[in-house]
Amino acid sequence: MKSLKFFGLGSVMALLLLSGCKPKGTETAVTGDAAERVYVAPGKYDEFYNFVSGGFNGQVNVYGLPSGRLLKVLPVFSVNPENGYGYSEETKPMLQTSHGFIPWDDQHHLSLSQTNGEVDGRWLFANANNTPRVARLDLKTFKTVEILEIPNSAGNHSSPFLTENTEYVVAGTRFAVPMDDENGDVPIESFKSNFKGVLSFIGIDKQSGDMDLSFQIEAPGINFDLSHAGKKKSGDWFFFSCYNSEKANTLLEVNASQNDKDFIMAVNWKKAAELVKAGKGRKVVTEYAHNKFDESTHTATSTMKKEVIVLSVEDMKDAMFMIPCPKSPHGCDIDPTGEYIVGSGKLAALIPVFSFDKMIKAIADKNFAGEFDGVKVIKYEAALHGEVQKPGLGPLHTEFDGKGNAYTSMFVSSEVVKWNIKDLKVLDRQPTFYSVGHLMIPGGDSAKPFGKYLVAYNKITKDRYLPTGPELAQSAQLYDISGDKMKLLLDYPTFGEPHYAQALPAEMLKDQVKFFRIEDNKHPYATKGEAESKVVREGNKVHVYMTSIRSHFAPDNIEGIRVGDEVLFHVTNLEQDWDIPHGFAIKGAENAELLIMPGETCTLKWIPKKPGMYPMYCTDFCSALHQEMQGYVRVSPAGSNTPLIYSLNNKKDNAQSPVKAGETK
Amino acid sequence: MKNNSLKKITRIALVFCGCALVVSLFVPLWSIYLTAPQYPEGLAMYLWPNKITGEYEIINGLNHYIGMKTIHPDDFWEFKVLPYALGFFAFLCFLTAFLNRKIWLYLTLVLFLIFGVAFMVDFWLWEYDYGHNLDPTAPIIVPGMSYQPPLIGFKQLLNFGAYSYPNIGGGIMFGVALILAILAFIEYRKPKQSEL
Ligand SMILES: [Cu+2]
Repeated sequence: MKSLKFFGLGSVMALLLLSGCKPKGTETAVTGDAAERVYVAPGKYDEFYNFVSGGFNGQVNVYGLPSGRLLKVLPVFSVNPENGYGYSEETKPMLQTSHGFIPWDDQHHLSLSQTNGEVDGRWLFANANNTPRVARLDLKTFKTVEILEIPNSAGNHSSPFLTENTEYVVAGTRFAVPMDDENGDVPIESFKSNFKGVLSFIGIDKQSGDMDLSFQIEAPGINFDLSHAGKKKSGDWFFFSCYNSEKANTLLEVNASQNDKDFIMAVNWKKAAELVKAGKGRKVVTEYAHNKFDESTHTATSTMKKEVIVLSVEDMKDAMFMIPCPKSPHGCDIDPTGEYIVGSGKLAALIPVFSFDKMIKAIADKNFAGEFDGVKVIKYEAALHGEVQKPGLGPLHTEFDGKGNAYTSMFVSSEVVKWNIKDLKVLDRQPTFYSVGHLMIPGGDSAKPFGKYLVAYNKITKDRYLPTGPELAQSAQLYDISGDKMKLLLDYPTFGEPHYAQALPAEMLKDQVKFFRIEDNKHPYATKGEAESKVVREGNKVHVYMTSIRSHFAPDNIEGIRVGDEVLFHVTNLEQDWDIPHGFAIKGAENAELLIMPGETCTLKWIPKKPGMYPMYCTDFCSALHQEMQGYVRVSPAGSNTPLIYSLNNKKDNAQSPVKAGETK
Repeated sequence: MKNNSLKKITRIALVFCGCALVVSLFVPLWSIYLTAPQYPEGLAMYLWPNKITGEYEIINGLNHYIGMKTIHPDDFWEFKVLPYALGFFAFLCFLTAFLNRKIWLYLTLVLFLIFGVAFMVDFWLWEYDYGHNLDPTAPIIVPGMSYQPPLIGFKQLLNFGAYSYPNIGGGIMFGVALILAILAFIEYRKPKQSEL
């Protein structure tokens, strides 16, 4: 009992010592002019777009900085009833996987495409942690346009990190698993012999951005946590933090925390790509989905791929090395010059900083400490630039301001710590509320950080906002980092559990698509004018070629639908004007409604179960006559002979107005 | 006889006017510009000698609420005539410079002024027709309200502010008319000066 008390007291003392002084209270943390600095007057725009991962809601949330205003929630890995993503026939293929339709995921990290190490505003990449996937969003439309499933993996955590010219996006597995072409039905006891940690390199087409799983590396069966590519002189290399070098498979909180040092794995991706070109690696038979959204047909397709090239440790012996890193490294961050590799031992009481030049020299000098499962281990001291002493407790992630400073989030001591990269001296520390995970500086993981703001994404929110029952909003905090000392400016709530985020100057995204040109609409069921509207029966399938424009649908009434028919409403929004979407909903629809952008075609499948009159209407308040934007579908019992007819904008409406007969094919 | 010929500067100015009128064939004559609270970026429509460009399709969409006819370039006989008229006046300017006779200058001025006035009257009638000839079944009918845009200047039409003003081509037409008038005035005064 006595010793327990003593232990508790000791840890409190250690915390105080480590964090330097008692954390400041909330009241004193905000400076007087904070409100002014985050105030974006009505009608004015924010300076930065902030893309924040949605965590377990599987989406990406877009905020404006410095105001912290939520601009949009972008569906990526989760179905979204707001606009029918994942519910419409066109977008269902986006969520297809080798395990079937997976309408949710755990979205952790984001990466903005880069050119010469600088963010270029073309695409945003997002990972799905649970059913390993990588998505690409087009920043001209803010739409998810591609999702690639990752085989031989589980827990796609060290992803999606990009090389400096967006040549590759990586997907390192968090869970070691048996390879897909081997029997997975093995005892957990066989972990050490059967389980592998696979790193995937997805090639990205320079022009289109299309992804293709170029190759994988079958690394030792450890857990890969996070990663970052090098830049400039280290641009050919990729760095991954690894934990559980113990290869434990039970009670990891103890058993994976035994080794004093785990690793950062350095992979020369250029050499690996050359090896693949030279015919190295084995073809592994597997199955993974590749889903692409075609922006001219407004339709996604899902293709199942069957094979992947996998390089072995043996293939990679001159292109893959381990650097020891204190206790369970989490973040693995490269400074803007590409020289310093910052590891963050989340259980360590220091931050190790490695030097790329030293690492290269150690490899040349064969300054190795041994091997780990066939991978050469560089001597810790040989690669070490130095250690940041007493930085705080639980260092997780580091970003850079481009002025020679690094900022590290401290989960346990709940603060952000600023330190100098060269002399490793701590310069400033500010409390967070509470338990910060990732932090983000716009461009802070690129060669050109904008160095103006820092956002901390917190894991706990107690007392920050009005309580909402047992479950509270998540929280982000904005700091001004333009001066010597960081200044807390703003709290703003976020969705899901925000993990990583990216941001770029709003200036860079000014060439966005405002509406889709109807002439360019190549959707096979597009209706490019009201005159083309029609209803066509093909057996028990009924295709409704429908148009929407302020403020009516064509056709607006349909009769002759039978119970059990599969009715496909292909709705084309004829508007050619910015911000005039139309919605489409019908009573009893089991999936969702649609939200159709100007010039776009979307399809809702509806299978009526009972005879009756089913109203359909526009769900998005589009004009003064929005409420009039409606119609009916008459459903007759199965097998009945009600003729298939529809009315098409009959002015001076009356019940006897002429109607058109539907076609039967 | 000598008094009937033109000054060198007049002939140069006539050639300039002719060239300007040739330019006017390839630029918009008139702009109509609409703004509303929900259209802060504005909607523009440009009248060229032979076509309409700009966001007239969107304007058509909006105008259906008040029952205005939709605008289609094919509906205007003017587009078949205007390019020839402007070309004719360009030719007339060159011809006058070449013939070097005052009477031709006066003739050009008078014809061009008639053309200009006719153009404006036609434009006004066209606007009147669109603004007044409304569909009685329109969803929005404001008693006593018409929607004729201004000939030149600004007018508030319900939630829309309508601006109408000459574009490059219209500017050229005004400029040419003004230059021709000044030239005619100078040439008219010239013999009197020489008598003094
Ligand atoms: Cu609508």
